[in-house]
Amino acid sequence: MSAPAKLPRWADYTLLPVAGLLAALLFSGLVVKLVGESPWAALRLFAAGAFGSQESIGYTLYYATSYVFTGLAVAVAYQAGLFNIGAEGQAYIGGLGSGLVCLGLGGWPFYVVLPLAVAAGAVFGAAWAFVPGWLQAKRGSHVVITTIMFNFVAAAAMTYLLVNVLIEPGQQSPETREFAAGATMPAMSALLAKVGIVFADTPLNLAFVLALAAAAGVWVFVWRTRWGFALRVAGGNPAAAVYAGIRPSRVTIGAMLLSGALAGCLGLNELMGAQHRILIDFPGGAGFVGIAVALMGRNHPLGIVLAAVLFGALTQGGSQLSFDMPKINRDMVVVIQGLVILFCGALDGAFRAPLARLLGRKGGGG
Amino acid sequence: MDSVVGPCPLCVHSRSFVAEPPDHPSAPALELRGIDKRFGAVHANRAVALTVAAGSIHGLIGENGAGKSTLMNIVYGFHRPDAGEIRVRGRRVEIHSPQDAIRAGIGMVHQHFMLVENFTVLENIVLGVEGGRRLRAGLARARTELAALARDYGLEVPLDTVVSELPVGLQQRVEILKALHRGAEILILDEPTAVLTPQEADALFAMLGRLRAQGKSVILVTHKLREIMAATDRVTVMRQGAVVGEVATRASSPRELAGMMVGRAVLLEVDKAPAAPGAPLLDVRRLEVRDRFGVARVKDVSFALRAGEIVGVAGVAGNGQSELLEALAGIRAPSAGEIRLGGRDLVRERLGPRERRALGLAHVPEDRLRMGVVAAFSAEANAILGYHDRACYNRGVLMDRAAIAEDCGRKMAAFDVRPPDPRLRLGSFSGGNQQKLVLAREIDADPSVLLVGQPTRGVDIGAIEFIHRKLVALRDAGKALLVVSVELDEILGLADRILVMHAGEIVGELARADATEKTLGLMMAGVKGEGHA
Repeated sequence: MSAPAKLPRWADYTLLPVAGLLAALLFSGLVVKLVGESPWAALRLFAAGAFGSQESIGYTLYYATSYVFTGLAVAVAYQAGLFNIGAEGQAYIGGLGSGLVCLGLGGWPFYVVLPLAVAAGAVFGAAWAFVPGWLQAKRGSHVVITTIMFNFVAAAAMTYLLVNVLIEPGQQSPETREFAAGATMPAMSALLAKVGIVFADTPLNLAFVLALAAAAGVWVFVWRTRWGFALRVAGGNPAAAVYAGIRPSRVTIGAMLLSGALAGCLGLNELMGAQHRILIDFPGGAGFVGIAVALMGRNHPLGIVLAAVLFGALTQGGSQLSFDMPKINRDMVVVIQGLVILFCGALDGAFRAPLARLLGRKGGGG
Repeated sequence: MDSVVGPCPLCVHSRSFVAEPPDHPSAPALELRGIDKRFGAVHANRAVALTVAAGSIHGLIGENGAGKSTLMNIVYGFHRPDAGEIRVRGRRVEIHSPQDAIRAGIGMVHQHFMLVENFTVLENIVLGVEGGRRLRAGLARARTELAALARDYGLEVPLDTVVSELPVGLQQRVEILKALHRGAEILILDEPTAVLTPQEADALFAMLGRLRAQGKSVILVTHKLREIMAATDRVTVMRQGAVVGEVATRASSPRELAGMMVGRAVLLEVDKAPAAPGAPLLDVRRLEVRDRFGVARVKDVSFALRAGEIVGVAGVAGNGQSELLEALAGIRAPSAGEIRLGGRDLVRERLGPRERRALGLAHVPEDRLRMGVVAAFSAEANAILGYHDRACYNRGVLMDRAAIAEDCGRKMAAFDVRPPDPRLRLGSFSGGNQQKLVLAREIDADPSVLLVGQPTRGVDIGAIEFIHRKLVALRDAGKALLVVSVELDEILGLADRILVMHAGEIVGELARADATEKTLGLMMAGVKGEGHA
């Protein structure tokens, strides 16, 4: 009878994150106050920076696109009972795959390059996740440890490749030459212009649509197919999976492959969409933000899209804030992001009981 | 205890000074008044009153969820009541924690022992009451005290043996000694016989009798009517959080008590015609199963399961029945032997649970929450678990949600699962309804062989009757059933033929007509039966 307090489903998905967000805002305000700035002014600058103009909205959604991919990657693994910390490394290697296609198919039309770039990103990312998945399934090596290790291996390998192999001849910084025009994602502004909508020129690109499609695809696969059913059974009760004739090792490897493939699509947004070349450390921590996004989005695609927009806003609004308020630098913004993760992800249990009591008292008839 | 002792002179003098009457020899050992407890929407205890006379064994009986455990957890300080009071020997006490309960002279032996497995008996008993910083002195003192306790109550236990090496019966004795060593005058035993053979249970009751003779009081919490009849002086029956009656055991009967527990007349015996066994369907030969440490859990087990019969596997929990069941179901790989079904050797072909289901072998696992269901999923998802990739639940790539919901509704109707809502989370159903859904799932697949582990564990009496009838109906339809149960009554009620397991071996095989509780109990303790070939 000492089970955690039960909230109605709708409250679990709405009230709880909002309560966490408010608490995070409150503490962030305190932090801003401590460094001697006005929390109210900071909040207004922040909101304007994230949503105040077409440019800021474009940037927010551009960041959100990356977080959707990595958030989905973490969530798919989580539904199978696996904690994939390696989205960062899988995204890095996946980006290499997409980037190589873009470099190699310079003169080809976009409709040929795009599917191949998507496939290469997914295959490279999946391959990078396969090894930890296989080790977990067949050797019992904990996937948390191996995926963390594989992040380091990926970073080191990419540094080597970019510094020694892929670097544009005659260049100083470790990055490749620029992709040809047919191998870049159309910008959202260009796409919207075709249907007569004027939108500011931002890095927001077609990958945003692909990310939303991926979220829908993940939802259909995990919640509407028998393979997704098997995956969720293995995650929900491994013993019941064995009983039902579902092979946990197969689910483990399959879920890691899918997870890695989703993370591997990050390059579509960052490289094909924005940078137009492969460069060092392009995932920039998006793989780790994906963990927070999945946690806050309750490992459900819809929640992940919403959480990704929130974290996109944090990234964009935060950089605007550090630009306008000299006392708040990048690290302060990271502190605020950390507070959001703390209250919305790690500490959501703290709000569960009081909320349940509040609702229980009011909704006695329900 | 004799009641010739009059009111003590102290009471007379102190009455004007203390509001609460102090200890009184003729007062009841424990008295609960108006105990009320809610957990959210669940009203677990409703104005419960309970009086346990000093020097008596008091039974507390009720179905799962009747509020027995909540009540005892309140007495032992795990929960705080919303209202009501607790009196120990006439004195009102506030119990906020188990420490308070122990101080008030209340001891509790839990169903799952609270022992440190790799400590010795002495260390376990002293744990928490070492009496000072120096362990050695405390241990020596405890040793002499325990010797006296063991002598007084006939509770001999080897004090220097590591607990994990003791049989469960002795581990239970350690728990009782632990409580007595802490000065318990009132001993609460929660389902104490779940892990004991009938003979061990009788030994326990004899020992409780000695405690009673020394003036201690015992509360026996159980759902087994046999034990209430055998051991208690009075019995309190609970239903839906409230006390529905208190009777002198001798003036009552199992039928009356069962009726009080359920709220209607209950059929205690399973109503069935004699079996008409046909051809063997499942043939097990020289099966051996090892655990992950390489220890043989099932040794050289051979038997056949024929169409139209129920074979019961009796035994004390942990004697290889679980491993046998899992090996037959394809969950655990045997290390040797054959399992033949429909002309195929399931072991040699390494067929998994999925392939075995396709061959007509269904399985209701022993521990449904651990293995048989996913509690966080809806009822309809659980109703297809293991059969989810069949064509009838899928339409191309996508699962056929309408078909799944309809299928679950049909199963719920056929097995009277309440509430009949396919979308409800499985964890929200009662144990009996969960079990009925699992049975519905496995029986609906129309298997030729059904393996059932603990068919009615954690299931209330009303549902037990229903489940037994369904199993007998399946037998009468010409299927073969293997029923593993630690409840002897259940084996005796259901089985046409009984296999007894001890230490991984089948130590005896009896036709139902030849089996009695006594013969089975002896075999369960490892005495080989003469009927075994």
